[in-house]
Amino acid sequence: MNPTVGALRATFGDAIGRTLVARDGDSIVYVRADRLRAVLQWLRDTADERYDYLVDVTAVEYRDGERPLEVVYFLRSLARRVDLRVKVELDPAGELVVDSVEPLWRGADWLEREVYDMFGITFQGHPDLRRILMWETYAEGHPLRKDFPLRGRFSRAEQVRQALNISPEANYSLEELSIADAQDDLPADMRERLARGERGKIPLSD
Amino acid sequence: MKHVIATETQEVAGQSPNFLLARFERLVDWAVNASRANSLWPMPFGTACCAIEFMATAASRFDIARFGMERQAFSPRQADVLICAGRLPFKLAPVIRRIYDQMPQPKWVISMGACASTGGIFDNYAMVQGIDTILPVDVYVPGCPPRPEGLLYGILLLRKKIQGESLFDGVSRRDEHPLDERGLRLSPQAIDEISEPFGNSVHQFRSA
Repeated sequence: MNPTVGALRATFGDAIGRTLVARDGDSIVYVRADRLRAVLQWLRDTADERYDYLVDVTAVEYRDGERPLEVVYFLRSLARRVDLRVKVELDPAGELVVDSVEPLWRGADWLEREVYDMFGITFQGHPDLRRILMWETYAEGHPLRKDFPLRGRFSRAEQVRQALNISPEANYSLEELSIADAQDDLPADMRERLARGERGKIPLSD
Repeated sequence: MKHVIATETQEVAGQSPNFLLARFERLVDWAVNASRANSLWPMPFGTACCAIEFMATAASRFDIARFGMERQAFSPRQADVLICAGRLPFKLAPVIRRIYDQMPQPKWVISMGACASTGGIFDNYAMVQGIDTILPVDVYVPGCPPRPEGLLYGILLLRKKIQGESLFDGVSRRDEHPLDERGLRLSPQAIDEISEPFGNSVHQFRSA
């Protein structure tokens, strides 16, 4: 068991739930959802811990409908070469909301967008929470949930129709389409549109 | 003298009412088709492992330059054949459709591999079940992925198909636009008639 687990329990008390050791030897700590941001901040900033690298954020929904959804944070301390997994349980019957850790690790931006896209879990405080794999007008739900049919909810013809109506540029903001370094070389009208925050037009959105 | 001319006219008329015109059309077709078939410029649209086999086909051992295809047109404006090599997710459907629309006529499409042709093993929410629901396809190359010989055979079939075309029969060979807002290019009845139930399902047809 990773010694961090004991230190976490001493610091956060009953905000830390059960702990276990995964088959690959990493420790798993369950944390109450409302204390998640504080726990992760503590893990990142405490001198003895220094989990400075967020490897991945993902989620799990088990086939057993009784079990809650889990959001999993894979942490690594690059200096100490230690791994830790932090999990948060969410009741699928209730609201799927958890605090965003994007303020702690910039890299969490796209990871949390992917979890949102695939599982429908909302990350509070995320600066730009929208779909990242499926297109923005995708209306069939969140594909990795267990209640999502393998072939999607719509008929194939409807899926083709909707897909052909995607505007490919609409998946990206104009900032993402341009190169930040080229900002000065852009034509004046485009710079003005970027400054206004204009986005590509999304058909079918109304 | 008069008699001889009459005989010649009768012989000519005996072959065909439009004998000269037909020969002229055949000559034009032959010239046009030969030049089209022998300088096909491919627009490679590689999305998966089929693209690796396509690269092998284009490289020195198999060498599609032998068929006048050495110029890979990475701009659709200068391309004749769209080769879709690999599975096509729905998110790419409008992209390949736009590329196809940007290609000038005459244009042909080769669907390379099981996934591009039918969806293959990806019978799921994210994948187009055959690019023929998006574009009209001329040649399907089966395989997962097809070996370069398979793709070359498909290209030879396409050349044969091109050589059989005619400028003068008034048949529109490539229907550009879907029948209705469902995006199909054949009626649902026609699609069900020519397609088996696909994937793991015995209930879901292409047109569904």
